[in-house]
Amino acid sequence: MSISIHETMRITRIHQETVKQEQDPADLSLLEPLLEKYRGKKGSLIPLLQGAQEIYGYIPWNVFERISDATGLKLSDLYGVATFYAQFRLHPVGKNIIKVCHGTACHVQNANTITDSLKEALNVKDGETTPDGLFTLESVACLGCCSLAPVMMVAGEVFGKLTGKEAVRIIRDIRIKENN
Amino acid sequence: MEKIKVIVGLGSCGIAAGAGKTYEKIQALRQAENLDFDLKKTSCIGMCYREPLVEIIDQTGSYLYGEIDEIRAVEIIDRHVIHHTPVKEHVVQTDLFPTADNDFMQNQIKITLRNCGYIDPENIDEYEARQGYRAIKKIAGQRISRMDVVQTVISSGLRGRGGGGFPTGLKWKFANDNKATEKYIICNADEGDPGAFMDRSVLEGDPHSVLEGMIIGAYAIEATGGVIYCRAEYPLAIKRLNIALEQARRKGYLGNNILGIQGFDFDIHIKEGAGAFVCGEETALIASVEGERGMPRKRPPFPASSGLWKKPTNINNVETYANIPWIILNGAEAYARYGTEKSKGTKVFALAGKIRRSGLVEVPMGISINDIIFKLGGGIRDGKKFKAVQLGGPSGGCIPEYLAHTPIDYDSVTATGAIMGSGGMVVMDETTCMVDVAKFFLDFTRKESCGKCTFCRIGTKRMLEVLTRITEGKGEQGDIERLQDLAFQIKESSLCGLGQTAPNPVLTTIKYFRDEYEAHIRDKKCPAKACKQLLTYEVIPDKCTGCMVCAKNCPVEAITGERKQVHFIHQEKCIRCGVCFSKCKFEAIRLS
Repeated sequence: MSISIHETMRITRIHQETVKQEQDPADLSLLEPLLEKYRGKKGSLIPLLQGAQEIYGYIPWNVFERISDATGLKLSDLYGVATFYAQFRLHPVGKNIIKVCHGTACHVQNANTITDSLKEALNVKDGETTPDGLFTLESVACLGCCSLAPVMMVAGEVFGKLTGKEAVRIIRDIRIKENN
Repeated sequence: MEKIKVIVGLGSCGIAAGAGKTYEKIQALRQAENLDFDLKKTSCIGMCYREPLVEIIDQTGSYLYGEIDEIRAVEIIDRHVIHHTPVKEHVVQTDLFPTADNDFMQNQIKITLRNCGYIDPENIDEYEARQGYRAIKKIAGQRISRMDVVQTVISSGLRGRGGGGFPTGLKWKFANDNKATEKYIICNADEGDPGAFMDRSVLEGDPHSVLEGMIIGAYAIEATGGVIYCRAEYPLAIKRLNIALEQARRKGYLGNNILGIQGFDFDIHIKEGAGAFVCGEETALIASVEGERGMPRKRPPFPASSGLWKKPTNINNVETYANIPWIILNGAEAYARYGTEKSKGTKVFALAGKIRRSGLVEVPMGISINDIIFKLGGGIRDGKKFKAVQLGGPSGGCIPEYLAHTPIDYDSVTATGAIMGSGGMVVMDETTCMVDVAKFFLDFTRKESCGKCTFCRIGTKRMLEVLTRITEGKGEQGDIERLQDLAFQIKESSLCGLGQTAPNPVLTTIKYFRDEYEAHIRDKKCPAKACKQLLTYEVIPDKCTGCMVCAKNCPVEAITGERKQVHFIHQEKCIRCGVCFSKCKFEAIRLS
């Protein structure tokens, strides 16, 4: 019985060549103010990565290289930190990120149904983005709104006391709005 | 005559329930009708099950209105503010007459939550008006020595509220003992337990209480720098903390020679978590602040001697710090009056799950679980039966109904096999499958394992595989023993609390609900009818009236049938969500 290295926690294989092929280089000029803000400050790697993700929506490969140059930290250390924390995305995401809460309270109120219904309706797996780039479906640990279980957050707005059908309707309404 | 005050509860859960829209509606109404009243914001008062909440204070007293959406907002402003007639049917809490919700608020003792829901958290003046910053002023004014502050905290009996339960005063003493030119004080605001939102409410509702607690702690241990490590999933808390820090600096509570205490130079900055539950563990937290992967380190050395940047560091939880100003102002004996022999004071619990009144409650230690669930919580919703309560999140355990007389204090709870934890309390009824609960928690801890220790990294995965097989009807003889064996080994060989406690939910559910495990393994049945793979949803032809309600509500359109014709559920499409079963008024859907 062998354990696939991809299934073990916090270990991700990054193929730099593949990533470079998939992503166009991002505009690095947007990064400069952030690098300036944290220049010389120790322990600022995580805020730097968080700031970069704020700007680009994810962390592009050439941003990693630029941060490595600017801070002197090794590229492997940067990827090591970025792949450890769930917040960091190394691939672009959809316009609207759907976060379905799977905390304890939401779980006992059938959060699985919400995710299953959305998977069906959007035809994506957990963590994937729809082909039209409108939605990314994620499962998150706990949004802290347990009295409204089950809960999902779309683009910062929280929807509570959901049913599978409700969730699909909300997404459909957003899609209609986006297409107009 | 003082103006009428209208206060809207705008914590994260209030906003999620629509309080933002309620606020805007009231604001628009005030403008349109040219009404004269003060419109203010506050945060969560704890009555989450009645959100959105609006309080109206007039010359007769205070009235807390519940479930005030935009339509009801117009109604209460019209009737109460304009026509001076309180709308009794919507009042959920007041001192002027009894309400159905009295039991929720009146059995609480608010120390940590003393200001939450009563002040505007973005206004330092309101904090100061309710004894805010008087504790640190008392220390400065009366020249109370550092050791005296530490001794007060020791005498109060305050124990770490993050779950560890370590005596706070003693922790401060250790940090104080280690002399160094650079020392740190850290607030652990990485509340990662799913189902826990106590810290979030304190940070959103009364951020200054945490700051004042940290300033007092910094004085006591001679800290030179402070960090609040707050999870990024709490953006409102971070925003309000930043505002509070700015205000505190402007008033001189942070900076150099604070309040005239020579040499007391101290400031606090915020570090955001990045989505790793393990960073709630103190050494992993320190690694994260230092910009590294959040992997725990071996202790000793403890943070009190070698912590952040290898300097003496004291780490405490949000709730622990929030208690400090009250203890300094009112004295250690006043705090020790509440609680039990070894567990003094009060504790905040986040009541969630199958309970009628879910929200935040602060109760004295020693209260029984039954009292919390039935007196404060109003019992189980939908008329179902109470089965178990989960305490302490993924590190904790399930306490069955027949042990619900257990008092809530550190030692009594530990004796059941669970742990007090940070305060998350999830209530379960007869429709909750305990094997599924164990699987849920193990799935969580496996994902969050940092990977350093072999037994935690691989052991949790193996335990999860066994549990998954059991819930899918593929359980084998010996699986329970397999789980217990793995659990023991993982607990013994893990470096940090995550691994050491990850098996707890499995062990307590086996201890108290072994029959459910055996039903899954031996009979391939789920007694609670929750494990999907063990269920099939079928229409009972004799009872189906063809009303089409099930088909209309099926989220994946797996039910076909004409009006007044017997319907049919297509098994290959069915996701076994159970909606049809719950919607059918004729009991025409069978679960097998």
